Amino acid sequence: MPRPRVKIPSSAKVGDVIEIKTLISHVMETGQRKTPEGTPIPRKIINTFIAKYAGNEVFRAELLPGISANPYLAFFMKVPGPGEFELTWVEDGGNKTVEKAKLNVT
Amino acid sequence: MRQIGKMLSRRQFSIAAASVVSLPSYALAQDPTQAWKQALKAILGDAKPTEAKLTFDVPVLAENGNTVPFSIQVDSPMTEKDYVKAIHIIATGNPQPGVATFHLTPQSGRAMVYSRMRLAKTQDVIAIAEQSDGKFLMSKRAVKVTVGGCGG
Repeated sequence: MPRPRVKIPSSAKVGDVIEIKTLISHVMETGQRKTPEGTPIPRKIINTFIAKYAGNEVFRAELLPGISANPYLAFFMKVPGPGEFELTWVEDGGNKTVEKAKLNVT
Repeated sequence: MRQIGKMLSRRQFSIAAASVVSLPSYALAQDPTQAWKQALKAILGDAKPTEAKLTFDVPVLAENGNTVPFSIQVDSPMTEKDYVKAIHIIATGNPQPGVATFHLTPQSGRAMVYSRMRLAKTQDVIAIAEQSDGKFLMSKRAVKVTVGGCGG
């Protein structure tokens, strides 16, 4: 899977509620489509997204074929202290992409 | 004229053939227009959702059903005692009505998510929030879709 894009604030204070925006290129094949010859195209989507901060899970999304291609997800977190985000995208079949982003806590 | 007559009968034949082939599988399958009700029941159980405190933002008119942006926000203090555990979204007119489930924690700080969904056709879309006290909030929006998603 290609490298995702992650946007977090350049800095934050303890107790701030920050927004985390993520985008990954992925076809999110629904499993409903067929080739011109009529063969069904098997489902291939990112089915799970997990966001951990300083080792704790802060957000998780279970995605279904109703989510658009190149899934965009934005969510919030209250900054507990210094730490690093570990964001994981899991594809059907078990392939994973992990992206890390360190938050500058002032 | 003979040519047209021939074409018509060929078309009628293919329609008849298709219906014969598709009928048994249709009879076995669940009614696809009702699949979302099962998805909703799987989330709610017997709980009765209320319509308060949930803001579901989705366009009234979506030109492209392949990417329909949405946001769901719940007015919640997001403390250990009172927070939103999960947000579910169901597209009632999609071949597969489930869109996504988002799991939040008190650490989320704000009960709000953004994403983009596929809508196969004009339909109602439902957002459901599950609170830590076991209560549910629900909001339904009608979205007009000009060009359907889901490759249809």
